[in-house]
Amino acid sequence: MDLIVVKNLVKQFGDFTAVNGINFSVKQGESFGLLGPNGAGKSSTMRIIGATSQRTSGEVLILGKDPEQAGPQIRAHLGVVPQQDNLDEELTCAENLYIYGRYFGLPKITVKNKLDELLEFAQLLDKKNSKVKSLSGGMKRRLTIARALVSDPDILMLDEPTTGLDPQARHILWDRLFRLKEKGVTLLITTHHMDEAEQLCDRLMVMDKGEIMAEGSPTELIKKYSTKEVLEVRFGSDRNSQMVEQLQSFADRLEELPDRLLLYTESGEDLLAKIVAANIHPNTSLVRRSSLEDVFLRLTGRSLIE
Amino acid sequence: MLISAAVSIAERQANRMGAKHYAGRSHVILERSLVALKSSNWFPVVSGFLEPLLYLFSFGYGVGTLIGDIQVSNGQVVSYAMFIAPGLLATSAMNGAIYDSTWNVYFKLHEGKIYHGMLATSLGPLDVALGEILTALIRGFAYAVGFMAVATPMGLIPSWWGVLAIPAAVLIAFGFASIGMAITSYFKSYQQMGLINISLLPIFLFSGSFYPLSVFPDWAQIIIKTLPLWHAIELIRNLSLGIINFSLLGHIAYFLVMIVVGLFFTTRRLNALFMR
Amino acid sequence: MRSQTAVRKVSLTGFRYVVEARILNMIKWTRIIIFVAIANPILYLLSIGIGVGSLIDSKDGLGGVEYLTFLAPALLATAAIQGMLDEVIFPTFEGFKWVKNFFAMNSTSLTGTDIAGGVFVAALLRTTFTVVIYWIALYFFGALDSPTAWLAIPAAIFAGASFGALIMALAARAKNEDVFMLITGRFIVMPMFLFSGTFYPLELMPTFLQWIGWISPLWHATDLGRFLTYGHQISTTTLIFHLIYMFALLVVGLYFAFHNYTKRLAK
Repeated sequence: MDLIVVKNLVKQFGDFTAVNGINFSVKQGESFGLLGPNGAGKSSTMRIIGATSQRTSGEVLILGKDPEQAGPQIRAHLGVVPQQDNLDEELTCAENLYIYGRYFGLPKITVKNKLDELLEFAQLLDKKNSKVKSLSGGMKRRLTIARALVSDPDILMLDEPTTGLDPQARHILWDRLFRLKEKGVTLLITTHHMDEAEQLCDRLMVMDKGEIMAEGSPTELIKKYSTKEVLEVRFGSDRNSQMVEQLQSFADRLEELPDRLLLYTESGEDLLAKIVAANIHPNTSLVRRSSLEDVFLRLTGRSLIE
Repeated sequence: MLISAAVSIAERQANRMGAKHYAGRSHVILERSLVALKSSNWFPVVSGFLEPLLYLFSFGYGVGTLIGDIQVSNGQVVSYAMFIAPGLLATSAMNGAIYDSTWNVYFKLHEGKIYHGMLATSLGPLDVALGEILTALIRGFAYAVGFMAVATPMGLIPSWWGVLAIPAAVLIAFGFASIGMAITSYFKSYQQMGLINISLLPIFLFSGSFYPLSVFPDWAQIIIKTLPLWHAIELIRNLSLGIINFSLLGHIAYFLVMIVVGLFFTTRRLNALFMR
Repeated sequence: MRSQTAVRKVSLTGFRYVVEARILNMIKWTRIIIFVAIANPILYLLSIGIGVGSLIDSKDGLGGVEYLTFLAPALLATAAIQGMLDEVIFPTFEGFKWVKNFFAMNSTSLTGTDIAGGVFVAALLRTTFTVVIYWIALYFFGALDSPTAWLAIPAAIFAGASFGALIMALAARAKNEDVFMLITGRFIVMPMFLFSGTFYPLELMPTFLQWIGWISPLWHATDLGRFLTYGHQISTTTLIFHLIYMFALLVVGLYFAFHNYTKRLAK
């Protein structure tokens, strides 16, 4: 069953087109990602689905309802984790969860009975009565996610869930989201981190400048738009571009970045050996597997994080 | 699929008129304020009712000694303290409501983004507007009761009609709060917010708390009589001195219009802000 | 010893850069500052001065002068104090908490004393502007009645400076800005404004409340101002006492302001 159906969605702010006629759907229990750089139109799409923004044209159905006609009813199905935490800084952790449940109209006792379970999920039981102000960035993020779960939403919408967090905090957060996925919660995630998309998404959509560039599972996308491995070589910033012509013929495809060259191939080690045999010696070299970053580079000619 | 409680609550309200704007749950916004108050510093809130009392003691006692008695509209002669007490009550109703509905709302809107969180749930903008105003009213009510509890034993409220000064103060607070919130929702910078404070000073000084309007020329009186605080002061002063006539209805109507206009624009603006 | 002399020299001149920075900041608010400086005296003089004044039939309680004349020096000193408070409280919070630019300043060769001194001097400049405008308004309202009336300007600024220094010292220690502003506003500034003989002679207050006036720089400046603007009778001893009191407050206030700024920066 499709929980979210989006057809020809357009969103304009004045002359600027943030979303330019996109189509996609999300099934129940699926973990669906919108991957793209800042300004790709991900957040605009999220807000329209979240029934807090009006579309310019196109069709959107969330659980069979139009968010513009049935905003409150649709929002009751959603748990929203916005890009910037908007926790209530005047309140404690437990109070934040409690009052958010009350916003949905849940009875006091129902919400109170859920507090400990949610705090435990967010690994914040010991911070139960601490003011939100005193929490670290990762803790705030987990509390925001717990808050979004207070209404037992059918869809959890996460806008850049780990942007700005340190690596350890990100891994804790991914672990929490993974548990939700296992429980069958439908996740809709935006991110400009390819590792996050690879970790969390069953299926994703690569977006750029308001349009969909590609859609599929992470593995499918890599298979379709990239090679198995990548050889990264550096010759020093002034020489990189001079080497392009010489190396072009060695690889299936070559991408030039300001600080390095990316050579796409089935086997990185073999390719490196060939280059060295041809008496070309890069300053440094690195062989790695292709990632969504490479898919994005292929599709748009630009890096995800600029 | 299991239907969650949140969904069935929202569905129950779906067919009501204005369901997109109002889920009928403004009381949860009040609950939020009470929870926030519980864990914050009580002292500033509680001490708020002192301000008009300080003015009352200073002006009533000191300036009162210089001035003596004052004749009011129906020919009654009252002490200066008796004359200014209602004006101070009305002013404090205004100030409290304005503070709660302007700076407080501005911070929640632009700094804390609290309303973004609220409106991502099944609440509507009118829930938020009414809830915030309700909070302001409860504070206004408490301050009015506190003021009356001091002024009445001092013999400054000679008429039994004076009891109605308390609901009148709440009505006044409602009017100012809803207009204040409407204006705040359109403002985008601290400079603009500063305009509110700047414009309150002349309203406070000229609306007749400290002297009857007859000290000014006619043209100035006409201008002052358009100001909301003048209507507020007249309403409370007439009630506390027991001057009951049809003009009271006019003052009440003035505030009812303020309430409706304020709520209309607040809801409209919040909708535009959060449903862009 | 040489290095200490160097530091000392920086302390004596460094505040000028902070003054400059503060004034650049104030320029953003030029229109509001000018508007408030002009509107404030006009509003108070028209409403309280003329409105309340016209209710007072006998001048006996005021020592024989018009109410407007009586009120003028008190309003002038109040404006000085209010202007000073705005310009020491907000920059202090901004510098330590909201924008934290004091810490950036402190990472240059500027010391805590330089920064505090700079903020204070910039506030004095703004206050001088406000007070001069106020004085001109008083003049046009005919509220000044003595050749020495212009001396009310420094007297008012003096009150602003001594009280401002004290509040600046306290603001540098405040943890919660909202509570600080509320407490100083509601429990210090407002009672001071209302009970310092501002609107009527201090002697009209019951004796048990007159102490508020005695400790308040506003009353000392007002009493002094009345002497200067319309020849209100005060003894030489009282005159000297007013000056000594405000001077002592200024010295103590500045000492703690410098101390607290330095301490908070080092935290």
